[in-house]
Amino acid sequence: MPTESGMPGFLSGYRDADRVKKVIEQIHQITNQTWTLMEICGGQTHAIMQFGLDQLFPEKIELVHGPGCPVCVTALELIDQALWIAQQANVIFTSFGDMLRVPGSTGNLFSVRASGGQVRVVYSPMDAVKIAQENPEKEVVFFAIGFETTAPANAMAVLQAEKMGLQNFSILPANVCVPPAMHAILSSPANRIQGFLAAGHVCAVMGYWEYPPIAKQYQTPMVVTGFEPLDLVRGVYKTIGMLEEGRVDVENAYPRAVTFEGNQVAQSLIMQVFEPVDRNWRGIGTIPKSGYGLQENYQGFDATHRFDAGNIQTAESELCIAGQVLQGIKKPVECPAFGSLCTPQSPLGAPMVSAEGACAAYYQYKRET
Amino acid sequence: MMVNENPKTPNMQGLICPLPHTQSETVVIGHGSGGSMTRDLIQNIFQSRIGNDALAEGNDAARLHFAELGGQVAISTDSHVVSPLFFPGGDIGRLAVAGTVNDVAMLGARPTFLTAGFILEEGFPIKSLIQIIDSISKTCQEAQVQIIAGDTKVVEKGKADGLFINTAGFGLIPEGRQIGGQFAQPGDAVLLSGSLGEHAIAVLQARGELGFDSGIQSDVAPLNHMIADLLDNVPNVHVLRDPTRGGLATSLNEIACQSEVSIHLQEDQIPILPNVRIACEMLGFDPLYLANEGKVIVILPEEFVDIALNSLRQSPYGAMATRIGTISQKNPGQVLLHTAFGSTRMLSMLSGEILPRIC
Repeated sequence: MPTESGMPGFLSGYRDADRVKKVIEQIHQITNQTWTLMEICGGQTHAIMQFGLDQLFPEKIELVHGPGCPVCVTALELIDQALWIAQQANVIFTSFGDMLRVPGSTGNLFSVRASGGQVRVVYSPMDAVKIAQENPEKEVVFFAIGFETTAPANAMAVLQAEKMGLQNFSILPANVCVPPAMHAILSSPANRIQGFLAAGHVCAVMGYWEYPPIAKQYQTPMVVTGFEPLDLVRGVYKTIGMLEEGRVDVENAYPRAVTFEGNQVAQSLIMQVFEPVDRNWRGIGTIPKSGYGLQENYQGFDATHRFDAGNIQTAESELCIAGQVLQGIKKPVECPAFGSLCTPQSPLGAPMVSAEGACAAYYQYKRET
Repeated sequence: MMVNENPKTPNMQGLICPLPHTQSETVVIGHGSGGSMTRDLIQNIFQSRIGNDALAEGNDAARLHFAELGGQVAISTDSHVVSPLFFPGGDIGRLAVAGTVNDVAMLGARPTFLTAGFILEEGFPIKSLIQIIDSISKTCQEAQVQIIAGDTKVVEKGKADGLFINTAGFGLIPEGRQIGGQFAQPGDAVLLSGSLGEHAIAVLQARGELGFDSGIQSDVAPLNHMIADLLDNVPNVHVLRDPTRGGLATSLNEIACQSEVSIHLQEDQIPILPNVRIACEMLGFDPLYLANEGKVIVILPEEFVDIALNSLRQSPYGAMATRIGTISQKNPGQVLLHTAFGSTRMLSMLSGEILPRIC
């Protein structure tokens, strides 16, 4: 049922084939030049592959896949640290399910669990707080990964643990932020990106007030884009529209979820608990002020302070080109290990692990086509 | 590789590729997913050591020739370890009977006798055991099968999770019937008896892993009567397969490999209940990979589609039966999904365990 704005009222409407085909037709009509766009978010990469949308766009449009999969970009040393903590006898290590398969230097959280470590999958950091409450004799650690989308819930967990006076709860802070990554990609000499599909869910939390200066600085139009087929084709349509007109702006193609200001309650939670820190992105390197660390008065909840994993020496696969894939420089199929030495069952790099990783999306949907 | 110089940390040297694959030193949960890890385990560990012609056919049940019985029989075995034991729409007892009855029926056999082995954990409530045996009895009556041999073992507390049940099933294959995953022919139509994913979502619900009430009931049911009626109406069905662990996607991949054909599906024809779809959206599951316990894939010549659908729809378990695709000769071994948008994507086998998406 259409709403007043002419947008469909239900999720199924955003998958309506006729609506999607109509927008694709419009994209074909307005595309004259060759353009390279990046979708930031792994959820968008996955949806594009799942619905085969990339097959329907004009050949002049190339989509490259951004670093927006938190599982993929979590630094190897953080994963090694997580593995070390999870192996400690008195620890219940809690994590979102996707992180369990991510390869560390050796092993992953599954292998820690198989060898007796207490690793539990949770759907929310609040579940980890509950586990801490129920197991006062154990140290409960939550692997706080994610973009700005998970940061408010991670902050909430810390505040809740403080309120409950829990002495046995801590997080391994690993949150990363999108705008610094956009800076890193756009300022790279190898950059080919001419327009961005900004990550709709991140913008639902943060708004998109951070983006106009970036768009202006790098003369790159951006469109806040959702995750359903109709959202994605509308995002592409608006981005191509600006590029063809030679206009640089930030537009919102996901207004049902995103406002310019974003969710201010969530933002103030983040600001209350976290502060920007430099963070190493797997395959990309250290990006200044691109992560959230705990503020000084919450450092008692920082697992890196409670557990001394020492100076971990990391070892990355020499074959894996994840870094180039995550920066949009190479496509997964250009990797010599893709589909042979590296599969979702035995990933060499994180993008093959998560459902949102570009390599996994290619493996699942595009191996032979 | 860099050398680990810190004695406090575990040895970080060694394999880069950390995931247990076929060279895994221990069994991992993914080996039981029903997907390609399970297949690799079966091929590399079991079939290479205890293989024979019956196993090599790769169907849910074995087809054996017994001259003295005047024909062929189907034999199947299945262990049931569902947790929790009771879930919306069913319980481990109904599952243990229906699962084996269905496996036997998938060769076109008429299941008649089952055996049942019980592994009980010390401390398991007798009241729950009675409930489960009553459920077994009821499901046996519905399927018109008898349990004619059994076994009971008790293990110490902590050595099992309440109750595990193994059932084996036996049925006669009527003369001249040739049904199996290896018999799909180019040009055949692919039918599905109903909507996908209800069993998996119902079990997750019972585990308290959804965090909301989906209202979904497991579809667990013995399908032998529905299949017997179908085969009475359409004797030349080529393939029957129940898409259990690994879901529709994995079952169709198995058939595509067994028959050396490709399978083309129309995405918008595949029935999925709205609540299952919503639960999948929230948890990041693809319903095409979720387990079913009361559905059947039917592959048969094009000209019998209407009569077969009519027959399936007479059963309460086949009310939503519909055609979902076609068999083709090109690209053998592949399953391709055609979307309503006009694009095509590969549908691969489930690789490991299903994990929820995180953002």
